[in-house]
Amino acid sequence: MDLLNAVLQGLLLGGLYALFATGLSIMFGVMRIVNLAHGDLAVVASFLALALVTNTFLPLWAVVLVAIPIFSVLGYALQRTLIQRSLGAGPLATLLVTFGLSIVLQNVLLESFSADTRTLEAGSFATSAIELNDTISLSYIGLFGLVAAVVTIVAIQLFVSRTRTGRMMRAASDDPETASVVGASPAHIYGIATAIAFATVALAGLIFSMRSSFDPSIGPSRLLFAFEAVVIGGLGSLWGTLLGGLALGLTQSVVSHYDPASAVLAGHLVFLAVLAFRPQGLIPARAV
Amino acid sequence: MSGVVVRRSARSSRFGAAGLIAVAAVLALLPFVAYESVTSSLVTLFVLVTIASMWNLLAGFGGLVSIGQQAFIGVGAYTVIYLADHGVSPFVAIPLAALTAAVLAVPTSLLAFRLRGDYFAVGMWVIAEVYRLLLSRVDALGGASGRSLEGMAGMDQTLRAAATYWAALAVTVVAVLGCYWLLRGRVGLALTAVRDDEIAARAAGVDVTRAKRIVFLASAAGCGAAGGVLVIDALSVQPNAIFSVQWSAYMIFIVVIGGIGYLEGPILGAIVFFALQELLSDAGTWYLIVLGLIAMASALFMPRGLWGQVIDRTGMRLFPVGYHLERHVGTGRA
Amino acid sequence: MTLLSVSGLDVHHGQLRAVSGFDISVEEGQTIGVIGANGAGKSTLLRTIAGILIPSAGTISIDGVDVTRMSAHQRVRHGVGLVPEGRRLFPSLTVEENLLSGAYLRKEGPWSLDAVFDLFPWMPERRAQSSAHLSGGEQQSVAIGRALMTNPRMLLIDELSLGLAPVVVRRMYEALPRIVANGCSILLVEQDVSQALAVADHVHCLLEGRTVLSGRPTDLGRADIETAYFGIDAPAEAG
Repeated sequence: MDLLNAVLQGLLLGGLYALFATGLSIMFGVMRIVNLAHGDLAVVASFLALALVTNTFLPLWAVVLVAIPIFSVLGYALQRTLIQRSLGAGPLATLLVTFGLSIVLQNVLLESFSADTRTLEAGSFATSAIELNDTISLSYIGLFGLVAAVVTIVAIQLFVSRTRTGRMMRAASDDPETASVVGASPAHIYGIATAIAFATVALAGLIFSMRSSFDPSIGPSRLLFAFEAVVIGGLGSLWGTLLGGLALGLTQSVVSHYDPASAVLAGHLVFLAVLAFRPQGLIPARAV
Repeated sequence: MSGVVVRRSARSSRFGAAGLIAVAAVLALLPFVAYESVTSSLVTLFVLVTIASMWNLLAGFGGLVSIGQQAFIGVGAYTVIYLADHGVSPFVAIPLAALTAAVLAVPTSLLAFRLRGDYFAVGMWVIAEVYRLLLSRVDALGGASGRSLEGMAGMDQTLRAAATYWAALAVTVVAVLGCYWLLRGRVGLALTAVRDDEIAARAAGVDVTRAKRIVFLASAAGCGAAGGVLVIDALSVQPNAIFSVQWSAYMIFIVVIGGIGYLEGPILGAIVFFALQELLSDAGTWYLIVLGLIAMASALFMPRGLWGQVIDRTGMRLFPVGYHLERHVGTGRA
Repeated sequence: MTLLSVSGLDVHHGQLRAVSGFDISVEEGQTIGVIGANGAGKSTLLRTIAGILIPSAGTISIDGVDVTRMSAHQRVRHGVGLVPEGRRLFPSLTVEENLLSGAYLRKEGPWSLDAVFDLFPWMPERRAQSSAHLSGGEQQSVAIGRALMTNPRMLLIDELSLGLAPVVVRRMYEALPRIVANGCSILLVEQDVSQALAVADHVHCLLEGRTVLSGRPTDLGRADIETAYFGIDAPAEAG
C-alpha cells in the first residue's frame, strides 16, 4: 500500500509541476522563447506571499488573490519592455536577458531576505488531509495543486480556442507580421501571453511555498523541473505539459519511496530517456 | 574591375598571434619577479579567459548557447582527482582531463543535439546536473562532500604555485590559439556559412551537424582542462561548487560584455569581469546584481559587446576569422 | 476624393534601394495596378504602404491622415488591408478562424463572415477545416476574405495570380469588382500584365524601384509596356 501512496503523492506533485510548467509552455508556444527566470519568479512569488502574510493582516487566500494580478501586470510590463526588445536584438538576446534576470532576481532575494530557508504558515489548509486509510492521506494543498493545474489548462485551452484575443495569440505565434496586418499588435498579444504565464507562475509559486520550504537559490532547480515537464510532454502542447508534469512527479515520488536521494536524478534520467527515444515528447502538438 | 579586395587579415592581425605569444612569454616570466598573490589571482583570470573562450566558440561561432558547460569543468576536475589517485602527476593529468571531457562530449552531444535553440541551452543544464548527481554518488571520489587532491603534498609551496600558474597560462594560450586555428579552417568556413544561412549551407553540402559537433567537443575539451587547473589551484573538489551553474553565468557574462563572435571578446570581457570582481569584492551579492544588469543591458543595447565597439572605432582585429572587404580608394567606383 | 496618397517614397533594403521616388494617388472606388518584373520593387512598395517596412524618405497618407510613422496594426484601423504575397494564412487556425482573425479590431463596415461566404460560396462547408490543407486558389480566397474582414477602404493585393492555374486566376479577378462595389479601392501588384491591364483603371509600371511608365490601360501601347516591364532600352543609370 505504501507504493500506492507514493503513486498518488507523485500525481499530486506532478500536477503542481504541470501548473508551474504551463507558463514556460505558453511563452515558448507563443514567442518561441524559454524564460530562464521562470523558476526565480516563482520564488519571488513565494517571498511576496511571505512578506504579505507577515506584515499585513491579509489571510492567505487573499494573498493569493492579490499576488496573481500583481504578477500578471508584472509579466505584461516585463514583456513590453525587456522581452520585446530582446526579441528584436538577435537570436541569443532573449536567452541572455532572461538568464541575466534570473541571476539578478536570485541575488536581490538573497540581499533582501538572506539565504535562510523559509516556510509559509498556511494554517489548517496546509496541514489538513483526506485520510483514505492508515497509510494513504491526500493533503488538501496537494489536491489543490492538481485541481488548479487541470482547471488552469482547461481555461487556457478555452481561451485560445474560443476568444478573439486567444485566436490572435495562436495567429501571432504562427506569423507575427501577418498578425500585425490584420490589426493586432504582436507586442500586445505577446504581453497578454506573458501576463497569463506569470499568473500561473505566481499561483504555482504560492502552492510550492505552502507545500515545502524555500530559499532564494531554489529557482533554477524548479526551472529545470518545469522544463523537463514541457519536453517530456511535447513542445507546444498544454495537455502534453500536464502529462509531462504528472510523469515527472510520479517518477520522483516512486523513486523517492525506495531511495530518496535518487529522486531528482531519476527525473532527469526520464527526461534524457525521452530525448533519446521519443524526442517529440509524449503528446507532440501544434503551438499553444 | 572592381576595386574591392577580399582579405582575411588586417595589419593589426599580424600582431595577433605573434603578440599573444609575446604576451604569454612575458607572463611566463612573472613567477620569477612577482609576488605569489599576483600570480595566484592571475590563475583565476586565465581560467576565466579559457572557459569564456570555450563558451564563445560554442555560442558565438557554433550558434549553440549552452548553460551546461560546467558539466565539462566538473568532469575535467574529477579526472585529475582520479588520475592523481593512480599516481599520475596532476599537471600531466590536465591534457587527459581535456581528453576525457571531449570523449564524454560525444554521447552528451547525441542527446543534447536533439534539442534546438533555447531548449538546447536548458537541456545542457539538465545534463550538467546529471553529471553532478552521478559523481556525487561515487564514494571513492568523495561523494557529495567532495575531497582533496592527492599527489601534491610533497611539492614545494613556491614551486607548486609557479607550476600551477604556468599550467593555467599554457591551457589559456592553447585554448585561444586552438579556437583561432579551428575557426580559420574548414570548420570555421562551414560555421560561417551556417550563420549566414543554415538551409543554404546544408543545401550546398556543408555538414552542419558535424561542424557543430566538432565545436562542441573542442569546447568541452577546453572546459575540461580549465576544470583540471581549478582543482590543482584549489587542491580539492566539491561537486556542488565545480558543477555550479555559476560557471555558466561567468562565461555568459564575460562573452556578452566582451563581444560574442570575436575571439578577442572573451579576453577583453574576462579582464573587465576580473577588474569588476576585484573592485566590487566587498559588495557581496550586489556584485552579481550589477553584473547581471550590465550583461542584460549589453545584450540589448550593445549586442556586439565591447570588442564590437573597438572595431567600430579603430577597425582593429587581432584574430580575424572571417573575411572582410576593403575598398581601395582611387580604383573603386564612386 | 483621394484615398491613398504616396509621395517621394524611398525604401532601402540595407544598402540596396528597392523603391525610389515613388508617387501614387488612389481615388475612392479606383482599382490601380502596379506591374513589373520580379525584383522590380512591387512587393516592397506594398509592404511599405501596409506598414511592415519603414521608408527612408517620403510620405504615405490615407484619407488625408499621415500614416507614415504608424505601425502596420495602427494602419489597419485607418482602413489599410493587405493580402500578402504567398497568402500567409495562419496554419494552425481553421478557415473560419483565419477569417475571424481579420475581425480582430471589430471595425464597422460591409464585410462580415456571411458577406465573405457570399463572395466565396465554397467556404461555409469547409469553415472548420485547417487552412494548411487548402489548395492555392482556396488559400488565396481565404487571404482575401481575411483582409476584407478588417473592413478596409484601401485593399492592397500582392501577386493575386502567383502560382495559380489560369482558371482559378480568372475566378479571383471576377471577385474584384464586387469588392470595389462595396466601397473599397484596390491597389494591385501583379507580374501577370494582361490580368492587371484588364481590371485596372490606371497602371504603373515599375522597373528597379522607379515608375517608368504610367497611364490608363487603353492609352498604353503593348510595345511601351514591354519596354517598361523588361527594361529593354532602359536608361543606363541602372546598376
